[in-house]
Amino acid sequence: MSTVDLSAGPVRGRFHWAVADCLNVVRRDLTHYRRRPSYIAWQLGFPIISVLLYGYVFGGAMKPPGGEGGGSYLDFLMPGMFVMTMAFGFMNTATTVVSDASKGVIDRFRSMPMAPSAVVAGRGVTDLVVACAELTILVATALVMGWRSNGGFGATVGAFGLLLLLRFSLIWVGVWLGLLLPSPEAAGSLFAVAFPFTMISSIFVPPATMPGWLGTIAAWNPISSTGTAARDLFGYPMPGGTGWIEQHAGLMALLWPLAITAVFLPLAVRRFQNLSR
Amino acid sequence: MSTPTTPHAPHAQHTPYSVRAEGLRKRYGDKRALDGFDLAVRAGTVHGLLGPNGAGKTTAVRVLATLVRLDGGSATVAGIDVAADPRGVRRRIGLAGQYAAVDEILSGRQNLEMFGRLFHLGGRRARLRAAELLERFDLVAAADLTAGDYSGGMRRRLDLAASMILAPDVLFLDEPTTGLDPRGRGEVWDSVRALVAGGTTVLLTTQYLDEADKLASRITVIDQGRAIADDTPDGLKSTVGGDRLEVVAADPADLAAVTEAVARVADADAAPERDMAERRVHAPVTDRVAALTEVARALQDQGVTVEDIGLRRPSLDDVFLRLTGHGAGPSRTEPASEPGTGGGTEAVEVAA
Ligand SMILES: Nc1ncnc2c1ncn2[C@@H]1O[C@H](COP(=O)(O)OP(=O)(O)O)[C@@H](O)[C@H]1O
Ligand SMILES: [Mg+2]
Repeated sequence: MSTVDLSAGPVRGRFHWAVADCLNVVRRDLTHYRRRPSYIAWQLGFPIISVLLYGYVFGGAMKPPGGEGGGSYLDFLMPGMFVMTMAFGFMNTATTVVSDASKGVIDRFRSMPMAPSAVVAGRGVTDLVVACAELTILVATALVMGWRSNGGFGATVGAFGLLLLLRFSLIWVGVWLGLLLPSPEAAGSLFAVAFPFTMISSIFVPPATMPGWLGTIAAWNPISSTGTAARDLFGYPMPGGTGWIEQHAGLMALLWPLAITAVFLPLAVRRFQNLSR
Repeated sequence: MSTPTTPHAPHAQHTPYSVRAEGLRKRYGDKRALDGFDLAVRAGTVHGLLGPNGAGKTTAVRVLATLVRLDGGSATVAGIDVAADPRGVRRRIGLAGQYAAVDEILSGRQNLEMFGRLFHLGGRRARLRAAELLERFDLVAAADLTAGDYSGGMRRRLDLAASMILAPDVLFLDEPTTGLDPRGRGEVWDSVRALVAGGTTVLLTTQYLDEADKLASRITVIDQGRAIADDTPDGLKSTVGGDRLEVVAADPADLAAVTEAVARVADADAAPERDMAERRVHAPVTDRVAALTEVARALQDQGVTVEDIGLRRPSLDDVFLRLTGHGAGPSRTEPASEPGTGGGTEAVEVAA
């Protein structure tokens, strides 16, 4: 019936296949970007246009918070844009997962003798790789516009590390939502939630300038901690934050993503297992 | 084709069943999707699972393909218990779900190679197997085109090819032709026939009696999560009464003449049934075409004007009417009838 030998190959352990299957899922997901480079363009479109708009259109009129002594408005803006791109990433995760689920691709994977962990883990690895590519393109844009990190090499690398850590933690939110939502259209509406969520943060303006209660919410927004910590590490600290949460931005930029991962990774895995309910 | 009394092979009594399910139960909230469902599929045959929308066909397939856990009952596939060793089952089955589950961004070839690697064939064998399957399912010309641009029939064939990568013992096909045009349907039927010729056991769900009739050697009828009949296509059709000749008179005054003409060709001991309001006369016939021509000629000779005359194949609705006393329900569907099968109950297909 087949001229190809279809027998199982040499016996290998579960761990071997878990890694091999995960890499094959990653390969498939990355091939999507190779065949549809426009996906990256779409995902990056909003941050890049925001960078250009804020940088060039408003940039001339805007003063960086704290005014003199600090950097330019661009120095203030860029770390916020990096954080925003990482934060919005969970929608890309959710969209790809919900599209796989609704087209039956995830069911096909589940009906195959592959490692069940590969579907979720592969998504996570792919999204981190894509996030690195997005950060690279965004940083290149920023460099062309004249942005520079004022921090040392180690601090700069640390800042990007924190940005990727935030993205990593939000992958699991995206997978969980992707398995929960009924259709790709529903994933599109996530933007309505994500946009205010990123606005009520320290990304565009210091929370200290907001009404008291709103400022508190903004300061405790997890992405504010990443933003504040990144600004510190890039050498243009954001002025005005005197609360505990702002004083401990570096610590919280580690703790928030770990907490999000601790909650949403099990939720995502449970959701995946419960597909067989 | 096997019948209950004359199995398709002399040793068939000893042939193990490829799929056995006993008392399957599955609830979704208050809804009993499977409510004590039994099934036995003989190895090397096509078995049809026939039922209207919402009967539990997809749930049954998903349970057998280890995608859904059972609430009760037990099932073995290729001799392996689905609850005890789902991984072992997955190595021996192929599944083509209700929606063609192919990656729409990858090409057809990339799809098959990707699934091949995930079936642990390794890169080289995955490539060879993909080439082989593309050939077999007549997709060579489109191999490197994006699968999302394929026609419905091509996508289904790619889906079938993907479910065949490991040449599984048992193949589950969930409504493989729903939503396809007649041409795509024919393509899929041909593929299924070729698979079975190669020795695969196929469990195929369908809402179409004629599809089950064409492909399956045995049919289980499912309604509200239960098997309500299990028979050969011929046995099932004899339950429903086979094909019917149907004549609609233009003038109510001609009904007597029409009834007489139809009675002459109707099966013995089956009097024509008459529907006065619709001026309709119908009766079961065996030699369909001869009956049609004879009645048409007779009525023409008598100068009777006929508004409509045609052969009506038993529909899923008829099966249900006989088996349960009620129709297949509000969501009943029937494929567009083939040429020569006039009238009948036709409804627009609504995807579940
Ligand atoms: N995941 C689910 N959640 C809730 N109800 C479901 C689910 N899957 C199926 N059902 C219900 O179970 C019944 C059988 O569904 P299904 O097996 O899909 O039928 P079929 O494939 O014959 O159309 C239907 O009433 C359907 O609404
Ligand atoms: Mg179904």
